[in-house]
Amino acid sequence: MTALAQVREAPGRWRSRAVTALLVLPASAWYFLLLVIPLGILLVFSLGERAPAGGYAPGLTLDNYLNLPRRQTAFVNTLWLAMAGTLACLVAGYPLAYYLATRAGAKKTLLLVLVIVPFWTSSLIRTYAWLTIFGNTGIPNVVEALGLGRPVLLNTPISVLTGIVYNYLPLMVFPLYVSLERLDKRLIEASKDLGAGRLATFRQVTVPLTLPGVVAGVILVFIPVMGEFLIPALLGGGKVFFVGNALVDAFLQSRNWPFGSAMSIALILAVLVAVGLYLRIAARAAFQRDVALV
Amino acid sequence: MDREQFRRHYRAFQKGHISRRRFLEITGLGTAAAVIAACAPPAAPGTGATPAPTAPPASAPSGEASAPPASLDPLADWTPPEGVDLGDTLNLTSWPNYHDQAVLDRFTELTGVRINLEVYGSNEEMLAKLQAGGTGWDVLVPTNYTFETYGSLKLLENLDLTKIPRFDASRAFDARFLEPAQYPAGSGTLLGVPKDWGTTGFVIHTGAVTQQPTSWKEFWDLTRSDHSGKVTIHDYQLTSIGNALKYFGYSFNSVDPAELADAEELLIDVKPHLLAITSDYQPVMRNGDAVMAMAWTGDAVQLNRDIPEIQYVLGKEGGEIWSDFFAVVTGAPHREAAYAFLDYMSTPKVQAQDAEFHGYPVIDAAAIDLLPEAFRANPIIYPDEASLAPLEFGAAVTLTDPNRAELWARVKSA
Repeated sequence: MTALAQVREAPGRWRSRAVTALLVLPASAWYFLLLVIPLGILLVFSLGERAPAGGYAPGLTLDNYLNLPRRQTAFVNTLWLAMAGTLACLVAGYPLAYYLATRAGAKKTLLLVLVIVPFWTSSLIRTYAWLTIFGNTGIPNVVEALGLGRPVLLNTPISVLTGIVYNYLPLMVFPLYVSLERLDKRLIEASKDLGAGRLATFRQVTVPLTLPGVVAGVILVFIPVMGEFLIPALLGGGKVFFVGNALVDAFLQSRNWPFGSAMSIALILAVLVAVGLYLRIAARAAFQRDVALV
Repeated sequence: MDREQFRRHYRAFQKGHISRRRFLEITGLGTAAAVIAACAPPAAPGTGATPAPTAPPASAPSGEASAPPASLDPLADWTPPEGVDLGDTLNLTSWPNYHDQAVLDRFTELTGVRINLEVYGSNEEMLAKLQAGGTGWDVLVPTNYTFETYGSLKLLENLDLTKIPRFDASRAFDARFLEPAQYPAGSGTLLGVPKDWGTTGFVIHTGAVTQQPTSWKEFWDLTRSDHSGKVTIHDYQLTSIGNALKYFGYSFNSVDPAELADAEELLIDVKPHLLAITSDYQPVMRNGDAVMAMAWTGDAVQLNRDIPEIQYVLGKEGGEIWSDFFAVVTGAPHREAAYAFLDYMSTPKVQAQDAEFHGYPVIDAAAIDLLPEAFRANPIIYPDEASLAPLEFGAAVTLTDPNRAELWARVKSA
């Protein structure tokens, strides 16, 4: 009986499968062509050798990976500045998102648009503007006029960090805004009814419930910052150096594609490990508070 | 910042002085594209436009071989070649602050060919892109030490000088600026016609730098002491390593491991004292962030023109002298337009106008004659022979040596 039913159903199921396959095909092809294959190439290249005139020559060696410690400073810089930048975005973005979601009232739409408006200008130009602000005629001048000495800001971790926060803040604000907006206000009222103060309510109700927004925002900011090239190039002046900058040098200056490929793989692994660890911590925190992360 | 400074920055930006050089560093985003392109089967040399046989026979020195028809007056205005379809586009790959837009516009006016100018920060980047293939470039502006590499990789065309009648090697006042474009070296075959030449020294703001440095030794030592934090060096291995080698009196072109190790030690020691490692030093010299910077001729001329306290110094131990060329890329999609452009740029009047804009010395004696006295007598542009004597041309191996490249990458990520 069941066998018969299956046979009778088969053509319909086959058709629905075909439709599904057809619908998924473009995206799959996209990922296969532009993600899986390039990653494969990267992996193959990373085991090769630099051709005499630069570029790639086939080979099977782990030398490129063994040489990675020579770019240790770049990896350390990238990792700590990406973490610090993400944290700074979170600290600066949460209150803003909170205000937008709960207090902005009629101005909400206008303010949300204002958060996006800077994105309408090229980030290159916006980042370049910071050169003037941090440069000799900018903040150092003002600080000196106040009699507080003359700080060096340009081409320091401070300028790079500022550039990161400035460029990535909206990516943090929006997921936070969405989760704060969706927050069931009755839960906050209930918390207060049950005698919790404002701080306790925020800590025990608001923050746990907006954890999915925090996780999304942190990942949205952290991953691209790890691959950042422009901000350290402009505001780091070749002194605050990211893996992204080392990659540009490997491919365009020393034309050492295999070593560049090995660095890329190492960067991908570093991002995977960092995000994996973070998600584990976040998942544990969510579990303890009985919140669904996604 | 006062209004005048703002206006100047803004104008510099409009003209592209600011963002273009930056853009080069940013063009590194094309890295991924380069990798992907490299995986595609390489365009076999010769499958595109086959390099034309060169005009001068291999035995004849290029000087005599390319004498223009007698009817061509070197001082006349340029006219497009007759009966040749030039198309409507030309892709020109060059350096920042290196072309008078009016000169490029005039070419478009005369021919209807629109010029897409793309600027780069280093010969290595240009080479990397060309090696990866699929650039679509027509005309390239390579530096003297690249021809051996480009030639051996067949990335540039052997020039058909009959298509460049206004180029006359006998007018080039100095053979040393022409020789590098011969490939193989010593043959009469040319891969490029000269654009300009120049030197690599350093600029100082005399208001702040009062020690009157005259050598690379003083440059590096002042960086580590009195002017710590206010000095920039090029983001370019060839010049930055080369001039660090001069500190010890080694050759600018050294690839000797022990000598390079000394240079690396110096560079890493100096690095914390630098304001930046950047080839875009005009803005920081102009606003006072930097008081001393490793610099090329044209930048020094442009800075000195606006701020007379900024002076140019050639290290007395030596350093670099170089020359740039116009070349046609193998398989150029707009080959006829490329040759027409080379011919146009070989016209003395055009060269002189261009030089007045960018401040680099031209090679063509007929063009020099057309330049104002102030230009010809400017010691930054045409230094005396005594200061030029110790300078060295960059060698092909200096560009391609993997150890120098890796050393520079190490210094930068230190």
